[in-house]
This record gives sequence, C-alpha cells and structure tokens, in this order.
Amino acid sequence: MVHLLSGDEAVAAAAFDAGITLGTGYPGTPSSEILEELERIGGRAQWAPNEKVALEVGIGVAFSGGRSLVTMKHVGLNVAADPLFTVAYMDAPGALVIVSADDPGMASSQNEQDNRRYAVAAGIPMLEPSDSQEAYEFTMRAIEIAERWRIPVMLRMTTRICHSKTLVDREGVSVPPPRTAVYIPNVPGRVMIPANARPAHRKLREKLSEIVPWNEQSGPTQVISGSRSLGIITSGISFQHVREAVPEASVLKLGMTHPLPIETIRRFVKPLERCIVVEEGDPYLVEAIRSVGIPVEDKPSMFRFGELNVKRVRRILDGDCSPEAKPVPGKPPELCPGCPHRTVFTALKNLNCIVSGDIGCYSLGVLPPFDAMDTIVCMGASIGVGLGMRHTLPESDAKRVVSVLGDSTFIHSGITGIAEMVYNPPPTGHVVLILDNGTTAMTGMQEHPGTGRTLDHHKTGKIVIEDLIKALGVRNVQVVDATPDPRGFEELVKKSLEKPELSVIINRRNCLLAAKSIKEYEKCNEQDN
Amino acid sequence: MNKITNVVIAGLGGQGVLKASDIVADVAFGAGLDVKKSEVHGMSQRGGSVSSDVRFGEHVFSPMVPEGEADFLVVLAPDQIEVNSAMLGSDGVLIEPSQVDASKLRNKKSTNVALSACSVDTSSLPTRIGLWQSSAIYPKRFMKRMLKRSMLARAVL
Repeated sequence: MVHLLSGDEAVAAAAFDAGITLGTGYPGTPSSEILEELERIGGRAQWAPNEKVALEVGIGVAFSGGRSLVTMKHVGLNVAADPLFTVAYMDAPGALVIVSADDPGMASSQNEQDNRRYAVAAGIPMLEPSDSQEAYEFTMRAIEIAERWRIPVMLRMTTRICHSKTLVDREGVSVPPPRTAVYIPNVPGRVMIPANARPAHRKLREKLSEIVPWNEQSGPTQVISGSRSLGIITSGISFQHVREAVPEASVLKLGMTHPLPIETIRRFVKPLERCIVVEEGDPYLVEAIRSVGIPVEDKPSMFRFGELNVKRVRRILDGDCSPEAKPVPGKPPELCPGCPHRTVFTALKNLNCIVSGDIGCYSLGVLPPFDAMDTIVCMGASIGVGLGMRHTLPESDAKRVVSVLGDSTFIHSGITGIAEMVYNPPPTGHVVLILDNGTTAMTGMQEHPGTGRTLDHHKTGKIVIEDLIKALGVRNVQVVDATPDPRGFEELVKKSLEKPELSVIINRRNCLLAAKSIKEYEKCNEQDN
Repeated sequence: MNKITNVVIAGLGGQGVLKASDIVADVAFGAGLDVKKSEVHGMSQRGGSVSSDVRFGEHVFSPMVPEGEADFLVVLAPDQIEVNSAMLGSDGVLIEPSQVDASKLRNKKSTNVALSACSVDTSSLPTRIGLWQSSAIYPKRFMKRMLKRSMLARAVL
C-alpha cells in the first residue's frame, strides 16, 4: 500500500518495520518528528537530555545486539561527536543508525554546517535519501549495513527531505529479523584503551575498504542514461531538482556518499563531454572525485550558500553567476501574544542588560520590540559566554551581563555551565535567568527530564531545576512568575545584578501553546496513579 | 506530456497553511496522482510567514514549486500577497482572502480550507467531490464539514 509520508515519517515507518529496539534523540528542527512518529505508530522512542547521551544509549543498544535509531539535527551531532568518533572503531553486533538532519539555508538553525564531513571524519558509511521512499528504503539499508559490517551508519537528511511529503510504498523492502538481545563480551572491540584502539582503527579502515566494492556493485546508486554532452553527479534532494531542470542530461545519483563508489563514478564520467557535480552545501563530492583525478566541474561558489532549487540548478548549469533577486522579506516570527518570555525581555531591555542568549523560542527576544539579546552561539552557551564577558568587561559593564536560557536547553547543556559558574565565579558575580515554560517549545512542545514526563507524556522521574542548581552550590535561587508582576520581576533582576554574587532566577509559567495539553497530561497521569 | 500542477499556499503561522496544503495533497493523492508537498516549518510557527508547496501530476521531481511557476497561489493573509507574488506563473491564478466572505463561514478559522478548496476544484485535477471524503487521514466529521465549506467557497467566488 502506498502512503503519502514526510521523510521523517518514512524513517520512523522503516525503523518500526525493521523492529527497531529503541529510538532516541533530542528534538531539533527538522528531525523532531521522527521519534514522535515512531512512538505514534507503536515503536519505542524516548527523548534523551541531549544528543551525546542519546548516542551513548544507542551504542549500548547496539552492543547488546539490539537495533537503535538515534536522531538529531545537524548541530546536535556536534554535541554527540565525542562518542561518534570512538564508536566508529568499535564492534557492535546490533545496529546503530544515526540520523543527521541538516538545514541548508538555515530555515531554523544557527549555521548550515554540512554533516557529510562528519561521516568522512569519523569514518562511517553514509546514505543520503532523495525522497521519502528512499528515506524508508535507506533506513532499512542502514540497519543492514550496520549489522553486516558491525559499523555505525549515518543517514544524512536535509530539511527538504525531512519535511517534504512524497509517496512511499512499504512493500518489498525488508531486513533480516532482529537478533535476540544478548551480551557477548568483546573487550578488544569495546574497551578503547590505546592498546585496543590502535588495532581497532585499522579494523575500521578495513571495514570501509570492504564496503567500497559492495557500494560499487550493489550500492543504492542510480544511473540515468541521457545526453553525452552533459552529465551530472548528484545526491539527496539535489537529484530531484536536477531531474526537473535538465531531463535530457545523464545523471549519476549516489545513494551511499561515503565511502564513494569511485570506479562507478569514473565509468560514468569517461564518455561525457561535460560533467558537473550538483550538490547542496559544501563541495564534498566534487573534492573527493577530483582528488582521485576524475575531471568534474564544481558549482560556482555563490551556490554553496543556502538551499538549491530547480532555478538555481539551471543557473549552475548555465554558469549564470549574476546576482540573484533577493526575496521579498516575509513577516519574521515573534513571541506569541501573552508569552511568558515577553515580560522577561521587557525587563531586560528596561535594565539595559547585556544579554547572553541561547537557543529556543526566547531567541526571538533579539527581534523588535524587545531587541534584548546580544549573543547566541549554541545550546547552553549562554552561561559560559556570559561568564567570559563578566571576566573581561570593566565592572560597570560586567554588572549588566545576564545569561538567559530555557528549561530544556538548561537540561541539555546548561548544567555544566552552572558548574563552571560555581567553580570560577566572576568578581562581579553573575545572574542566570532560566525561562521555564514547561516544554521544549520551539521544536514543537516536546517533553524533557524537567517536565517529569516521557516522550509519550507519561509520568516519570523529574529533575527539579531549582533543587539541582542549589545542589550545585548556587545560594541565591528564586522561582518566580513574572507575568502577573512585571515590576516585581524587574526589581528582582535589578537587585540581583547589583550584588557581587551568583544568582539564578527561574521564571516559571507554562508555554501558552502547551498549557492546555500539559494540564491534560497531568490529569491523565493523576488518574493513572 | 508530464504536466505538473503547482499550488503554493501562503500565510502566517497559526492560520492553517500546513493543514490546507496537507488537504490539497491528500486530495491529489486520492485521485491517484504523484504528489509532492514541501514546507519549511520551525521558526515560522511563531506568527511569521509560512508557505507550503503542493505539486501533483503524472510524475513530480522537485518538491518545491519553482519561482514564477505556480498555477495557483493561495494566500490566507492579505499582507502576504506581495511576499509570495513572485511564485505565481504568468497564467497563474491568485486566490486571496477577499474572495471568500469569511462572515459566511460558520467558523472564520476555516478560511484556509475554503480557499484551498478553490484551488483544487478549479484545477486540472480530475477531482470528484467524493475525493474530499476518501482521505483516510481526516475524521469523517471533519471531512463533512470541510466539504460543506468547499462548496460554500465555490458559491461565494
């Protein structure tokens, strides 16, 4: 039966059909829907505090013979990079499939890093689907490859794959049934002390060199024979744009883009008068292909920025580098009317604070009418960056610095920032504002350890943020609700800034969009008890 | 010939742009056509500009409607017409909020459904009214309400 599914839904469907043991990850656009969908259709899925922990849990599943799907947005893989580079050396009987959802064009991200580089750097196979059907098939293939070569596999998606809906046929694609979970000790393959890691690195390279001939002979490569005068090498969503822009061209579409099927590429290029690599983002494929002496054209550098589309592909092929028309600016997003964050940013603006911000809905505090955010780097950075500014600025300015982050972001990577603050306090002290709206709002109201509810909204252990911060050694910890008393809140922030002490103020009020659902979850959970 | 119908639905976060595009895509899917639907959500959920592309025909490649190639541009917020007007093809049809008398809709929030229904019903899609009810995704009651609205929308056009 054929379904109309988004790429995210197709990955979830494949994971479910393959009998995935556990899906885990941290919400991040455009990846968030994968685990929500997996749970919805009956699979086991859970949110981790952050991507690093998610990957570690996934590694444990694979070590025990299970199948794990670990999902995150591109920047999430930066957080998970530490375990990634070492697990690549290791030997797991189960499957470890890592979904990296990249965001070329930065629809909702702080950078447009190209995570294909991670697959190369860590030395793991990578598959790039070009529509939902392939998202389904490649998830299955990834599980198969992971178990056959006992190697983690990256499924590299992009916004247009994750969030586009296309037809998916779930019939006729399958993987061997999952193994029974059992622990078989394998110290040389699982304990990465140098003596074991040195041979393990060699083993990883051997695995990759075995995967190359497989990719050459039976990899998910597609060749479309067309004109000899123009050939195009492409992958992922770019393939669709290419097919529409130049239906007459010969096309080599790569499904597994690491390790590359170099001989297949060489054979494809040889008879062509002109061959150009059309890829979104970094010149990854073109550099790899040129490095082995195959003559291919690169896209002009202006097309490295942003997403590709049919029109831009036509321009690439025509070598048209004239300036592109700037799109008419749309209406920017804003904090909802009545959003509890609004009171906070009004106060920070009134107090002329230097605001070290973070990633979440409250990032919108940078926009008018608040204009109350001075820096945003990455998840959890508000605290460390704020401390660095406090250490450096003259006292009068240092006293104006506050760090602002949300509840989910605090759990994700703010806790170590508090540890740093307690350990290396600036002479002027510091003020951290945690905007606790009871949900991971920006990515679509996901639960986290601070809500005390699991991915499917059932009651579980709850991290009480104020208790945790007190336990870390911060003495001034206050929980307030600024909305009914904006003046009192402003006064509290002002007084905290004047003191050369460490203060954490938690502004607690449920996100307006989530409040109704949160009440229902709480009611259901009470009834269950 | 592989003729693709391109529909772009645009508006502001919270207006139901994505729901409307889901419905159009489902109707085309129900008619047995190849369908691709593309959208960018995330930041746009917070009241900002949102748009979604639906393409259907014998075989669709890119999920994104190329600029200047939309057969139908459905705009739910008057101030979003200018933002999206470059999407419309030279023979394309603009369907805008003023074309539906919102006071005649039982629920004002259903403007998204009413306007999108205009685009589907007047396009080359071999649609039968029954298709609106054939979608498995939406509960029957919802489909019935939507059907009424789509007929209403045509009546007021």
